[in-house]
Amino acid sequence: MSDTLAPDVRRGAKHGKRGRRASAPKPDRVASLWTDAWYDLRRRPLFIGSAALIIVLIVMAAFPWLFTSVDPFDAATCQLGEARQGMSGVHWFGTDNLGCDVYARTVYGARNSIVVGVTTTVITALVGGLLGLVAGFKGGALDTVFSRVTEIFFAIPSILGALLILAVFRTGNVWTVMLALAVLTWPMTFRIMRASVLTVKNQDYVTAARALGASAPRLMFRHILPNAIASVIVVSMINLGSFIAAEAGLSFLGVGLRSPDISWGLMIADARERFLEAPGPLLFPAIFLSLTVLAFIMLGDAVRDALDPKLR
Amino acid sequence: MKKTSTPVLPARGVAGNEPLLAVDNLHVEFATRQGAVKAVNGVSYALNPGETLAVLGESGSGKSVTAQAIMGILDMPPARIPRGEIRFKGTDLLRLPEDARSQIRGQRIAMIFQDALSALNPVFTVGSQIGEMFQVHRGTSRRDAHKKAIELMDRVRIPGARQRVNDYPHQFSGGMRQRIMIAMAIALDPEVLIADEPTTALDVTVQAQIMELLAELRRESDMGLILITHDLGVVADVADKIAVMYGGRIVENALVHDIYRAPAHPYAKGLLDSIPRVDQKGQELYAIKGMPPNLLDMPSGCSFHPRCPYRQDICVTEAPPLYEIGPTRNSACHYWREVLDGSHG
Repeated sequence: MSDTLAPDVRRGAKHGKRGRRASAPKPDRVASLWTDAWYDLRRRPLFIGSAALIIVLIVMAAFPWLFTSVDPFDAATCQLGEARQGMSGVHWFGTDNLGCDVYARTVYGARNSIVVGVTTTVITALVGGLLGLVAGFKGGALDTVFSRVTEIFFAIPSILGALLILAVFRTGNVWTVMLALAVLTWPMTFRIMRASVLTVKNQDYVTAARALGASAPRLMFRHILPNAIASVIVVSMINLGSFIAAEAGLSFLGVGLRSPDISWGLMIADARERFLEAPGPLLFPAIFLSLTVLAFIMLGDAVRDALDPKLR
Repeated sequence: MKKTSTPVLPARGVAGNEPLLAVDNLHVEFATRQGAVKAVNGVSYALNPGETLAVLGESGSGKSVTAQAIMGILDMPPARIPRGEIRFKGTDLLRLPEDARSQIRGQRIAMIFQDALSALNPVFTVGSQIGEMFQVHRGTSRRDAHKKAIELMDRVRIPGARQRVNDYPHQFSGGMRQRIMIAMAIALDPEVLIADEPTTALDVTVQAQIMELLAELRRESDMGLILITHDLGVVADVADKIAVMYGGRIVENALVHDIYRAPAHPYAKGLLDSIPRVDQKGQELYAIKGMPPNLLDMPSGCSFHPRCPYRQDICVTEAPPLYEIGPTRNSACHYWREVLDGSHG
């Protein structure tokens, strides 16, 4: 049959180019979106690199004492006389304005920064994504109501909004900061998800699935969601970095985390004024922050590509 | 809303004298800013088990909308069905509650679409999409559904089904994709299969293979097949009877042999005359003059009159009924005798 030749040739060429034939999955296994995506991910340097980095950061956030013997919460470890020292064998990253060890503080700061970044991202992706999916799929009054609500949120300047929310709580800690950021950002995820759902919903395969008896939840979660999720993943990962930065900003304004809490944002804010004399206390947490953001963005890219069979 | 008796789903198997599927005086309209677009205006046809009905017509003639109404996949609103019945073994589908209809969709009445690439979900393997039919409707386990998917791919004659079951839709050619779509549609042994332009997106040799496959599957399982197409050439070998649609109406009903021998409606005749033929090489190909009617502003009288070579004054003022011109034949033309004679001569 003439129409069988073309795809085999194409597949052969693809496998040949990537040299993957030898390691191709067993033909008898039951393939699914997730197993295939996982199979593909494990072979991507981008994924391996970013995942390794993220694991190190998460271990650092969970067990900071594995990385340093200095406890930065112990005031005795800070010597005012040793303020703003450069890098040395004792203080790897030097010391800050109060003579505290920058390395230990950077390690311990990972926890708050990563908790704020990751949790806020998860909350906004879940809330915004789910509402966007339902609103885009169902349409009608539900969609109108949610869309108008998000427009109200878009009209609020985010820094002012966060200031307001945090002022209501009176206390600045990890939880209130996450809440303030999540409340102000979910509309963005909502809009992106809704827009992709509106595009995907009208594709023929959704109609075809409906004609072959798929129920509404099945249409939403199996047929529409996997095809609409890519942009939400990418935007969420970019947001993750901006959440960590926003936490820093709020802490700087005095409504976010407060000393003696440690976070990269706080450290950057504290070191800012004496940056020209002692760049270390600002640079090192900033480098860690950038690496974290980079790792999550790379992870997002790798996951997005793995979920698209045409890019495998 | 409380009805005295909810219609029950008919059982599988033979059901009395009722046809398998009967569309009766169906009207479908779409609400638009410019007013109601009447896409289907009183269409009736019947399908018996093991029979193939070809529904023929150009774009906008209402043939696909009728099919979507049968499947219950029209978006309502904007679509509305003001009148008509769609009886499946005597049960009016339009009066069934949604959960009962979804029992029928895919299991008893299935549908395949024109462009199989866009009708298959790009992120799932073909095997999981075929297997999904069993998982959703039969509660089959994933592993068994996978095996059944391979069996079905064999049944629709996809070479190397075992090796290809984990491939993705974009790795298949157009013909193979359409076979996969067909495999999904016949997975649960439906009693009616609706094929909406199944070969339009394919090249000619593959078209013939797909039509042959559909004909074979119908012979194997005694299901009723509705073939929606605008291409008379495609259905000649496969169909038993033909319904020609124009402007949301049926203009001619006939057995396939009769209509090919001598069409009794000017539009059907025009369609037949516009098939390219080898013995007319070098001559200009016949084309029906004019444009399909604007559904917002249908011509008065017979909707085909602005394009009709047989037009008389009566055609502009009076819409022709569907004349019974033989035991198995109807034509909605005031001058069907002249058309028939003209075709013979």
